[in-house]
This record gives sequence, C-alpha cells and structure tokens, in this order.
Amino acid sequence: MPVITKADGTRLWARRTTAGDLATWFGWLLGVALTVVCFQFISEHTIWAFVWDAPRQAADLLERSVPPRWDYANQLWKPMWDTINIATLGTLLAILIAVPTAFLAAHNTTPSRALVRPIALFVIVASRSVNSLIWALILVIIFGPGMFAGILAIGLRSIGFIGKLLYEAIEEIDPTQVEAIRATGASGAQVLAWGIVPQIAPAFAGISVFRWDINIREATVLGLVGAGGIGLQLQASIGRLAWEQVSMILLLILATVIVSEWVSARVRHAII
Amino acid sequence: MTTATLPFDARAAARAWRPPPLIESAWLRYAVYLGALLYLVAGLGSVEVNWVRAAEGLERGAQFLAAFFPPDFVTHWYEIEEGILESLTMTVVATVFGVILSVPFALGAARNIAPLPVYLFCRGVIAASRTFQEVLIAILFVAMFGFGPLAGMITLAFATIGFLGKLLAEDIEDIDASQAEAVRATGASWFQLLAWGIQPQVLPRFIGLTAYRFDINFRESAVLGLVGAGGIGDTLNSSLDRYEFGTSAAILLIIIAIVLACEYASGWIRRAVQ
Repeated sequence: MPVITKADGTRLWARRTTAGDLATWFGWLLGVALTVVCFQFISEHTIWAFVWDAPRQAADLLERSVPPRWDYANQLWKPMWDTINIATLGTLLAILIAVPTAFLAAHNTTPSRALVRPIALFVIVASRSVNSLIWALILVIIFGPGMFAGILAIGLRSIGFIGKLLYEAIEEIDPTQVEAIRATGASGAQVLAWGIVPQIAPAFAGISVFRWDINIREATVLGLVGAGGIGLQLQASIGRLAWEQVSMILLLILATVIVSEWVSARVRHAII
Repeated sequence: MTTATLPFDARAAARAWRPPPLIESAWLRYAVYLGALLYLVAGLGSVEVNWVRAAEGLERGAQFLAAFFPPDFVTHWYEIEEGILESLTMTVVATVFGVILSVPFALGAARNIAPLPVYLFCRGVIAASRTFQEVLIAILFVAMFGFGPLAGMITLAFATIGFLGKLLAEDIEDIDASQAEAVRATGASWFQLLAWGIQPQVLPRFIGLTAYRFDINFRESAVLGLVGAGGIGDTLNSSLDRYEFGTSAAILLIIIAIVLACEYASGWIRRAVQ
C-alpha cells in the first residue's frame, strides 16, 4: 500500500503512489481529449441547423405517424411471415454448418490441431466480423433481391455466433465422462454421441434459440437492402414519407420481437 | 461353485435401456415433430429462388471474390478514409456518451436501490432501446437530426443505454447485500452507499461490458451508413452499387481488421479487469 512520508516524519496513507496518480490522471486526460477530438470531427460533418431543428422535426414526425394506419396491417402479414421465415431458416442453415465447424474448432475434438482447427476458427471469425446487413448487401448482388439472399445472410452471420459459443462449450466439457465412455470400448462416434453431446445439448439449445431471437430483430431490417421481409415495406413507406405506415410497421415489429423474446426466454428456461 | 455365465447379449443390452426422450408424452412429441416438419415445408415453400438469376449472379460472385486479389485501396482512398474516420469517431463518442447515460438508467433499473416508479420508467427506456434493431432507430434519428454521423452517434449512444443499462442493472441486483448493508450501517448517505457499497462490486464487470460494447458499436457503425447515418457503410454501399468490387473488398478487409483489433483489445481488457 502506498505510504507517503512527509518532511516532519509523519506517514500518510494514500490510495496510489504519486506516479500512479499521475498515470491515472493522464489516462483520463487522454480519454477526454480523444472524445473531444472525435466529437469535433463529427461536428464538422454535421449540419447543425438541422440539429437545432430536431425538436420541431420530432414533433412533426410524431404528428404524422400517429395514429398508425391500422388497415395497412393487412398488407403486412405476408412480409412479417417472410421475416420470421428468414430468421428461422437462416438459423437452421447456420446450425447445420456451425455444429460441425464447432467440433472441428474445439481443441479437444478437432481431428487436427495444426491444420483443421485454424481453418475452422477462421471460418468462425470471418463469419462473425461481418454484419448480417453487409452479408445481405453482398448476397443481393449475387443472388438478386429476395428472401433467399436474406436467409443466406442471416445464416452466414450466425455460423460465427453459434460456432464460437458452441466450441467454447465443447472445450469446457467434463473430460472424465468422455474418459468413462471411452473406457467401455466405445468407438469415436459413440464417444461423441454418449460422452460429449449430452454435455453440450442444453448449451446448444440455449445458444440456438438465443440466436434465433437475435435473428428476428436482424431480419426486420434486411429488406432495406432488398433481402426480403418487412424491411422492404419499411423502405417503401419511408421513401414515400408515409410515416403513419412506418409507425404501423414498427408496432408490428415491436409485437413480434416481444413474442420472440418471450418464446426464447421460455425455451431457455425450460432447458437450462 | 458354478455360476451360469450367460453370453453377453449386446442386442438385449441395447434394448434394455434407452435415453429418456426430451418430451415425455409420446403424442406431444410426435405433434412437435409433425409441427416442425409442416413449418419447414411451409417455410421452404415460401422461398422463391430465381435460379436463372442466381446462375448469372454466381459469375458476379466470382468477380467479387476475384476483387479481393488484390483489393483496391487506392482509387477511392479519400472516401474510404472519411468513412472509416466517421465510423471510428462515432463509435468513440457514442460509447462515452452511452456509458455516461447508462449509469443513471442502470441505477434506476436495479430493484434493490430504486423505488418502483423510477424502476418502471428506467426499465421502460431500456426495453425500448433494446427492442429495435439499431438501423431502425437510426432511420428515426436521421429523420430528426438530418443525415450525417451525428444521427449515427445518437443511435449508438441510445442502443448503448439499453445494453449497458440492462446488464449493469442485473449486476447491481446481484451484488452481495451484506457489504451494502455494512456501509449503510455506518450512517452513509445514498451517494456514499453507491460509492463505497456498490461501485467497488460492479466496477470490474462494468469496465468489461464497456469494452465489449465499444466493440459492438464499431460493428454497428459499419452498417448505419446504409440509412444515411454516416460511417463506412455508405462508402461500402455506393462501391457495391457501382460494381467497384475492388474498393468493396478493400473496405471489407479494413472493417474486418478493425473488428478483430477491437475484439482482441476488448477481450484483453475484460481478462485484465476480471
């Protein structure tokens, strides 16, 4: 503990040494300076007249979006169904690819640590570092606008998420159970089925449902880049400045997200 | 002494025990299977794939992949630099503001230190921020504040409040109550209770969550440009629209590099403080 001895010999307790104090203050100074510089950069790229106008704009927006156009909902059921399908099928696709990838990436199940594991880890990292909306942008160029691009985008982004959490779960399993199964003379596949899978099944189910829940949210905006779902209607409504339709869409999204969160919480609660 | 040694019957042994099924009642189990199958058929049926278009697109996909070798950093470097700087500055400012604002909301949303009306209000704000995808919130803020990084910054700060507010509030609710009790017993005021009873218990996780959120904010800032909220997403989108795949490849590589650097740094910070 830092103790400062004063000139008259009395010893004072201090929280930090003088050097520690200086370093802390310097750190704070650096942080504040960085924030100010960054804010200045943003400020230079902002038209402040619009910002000062924001309260009026917000009031205007609110006025035009209330009440929502209720009968517009009839045109939204199909896109909402598409959105849910994009999320669900995308998650299923991701599971199909992520599960083998996770087994290849976990250091205790990978067939080759030198060759296969780095490749599997690379797949996971590459998938994770690109946002699903960016995946959708690219896939729409390749496959054309529509749900298919959306499903692939959700799937590609989710591989990394499910793969990462699942391989971490595989690495954390209790090795004694695997050892016990192996001691009975079980083959590799049997060890997998009876020693490893039962240990990670609850984690796997939890991860999948959690990702599905996230994917519902993500799927609502994929339409903005043409990848199907309710985002298409949203894009069209914003383009025509039909804010009473936008508020209807947002309400519907809100309801769907709440339901999906409830389902996901129930399922995770039941399993874990 | 004779023991009747029966030959080991593997089949009988396999028949004798089976793992219990996840859903106990048989008809419910098959109903779930059937429902899942029906959904899969209906869901897959709703996907329309234009295979002719896809075949054409594969060629474009090949061009896109080819553009990575080598990526074109030079032609539109000015735009790329602007976009990246916007994304990074948005991330920094949004994280700082979001963290500062999330603390009062987290305190208000922790049931053990906040009165019920405050609790409900703070939980409401947090739920609102968490429900909508960042891009949807950005659309509204762009409509209010005009195009540019400020709208994106406000969006990310708002999303940060929901994320950090919720996790920090749960952390505060999980603290060791006896320590807070001890501080309170010395006659400490509410602020002293926060400073000496609660803050030391949640600080390490708070720092970890902040680092994690910084990482998320950068990822999100890369797509907010699609709705006009500034950042690299806009540059990426226009390069894709113009089929300048070399530039798109360069932007993607830069995004991935920064994301990996952020993730590595945030992982390091989280390990260091916990």
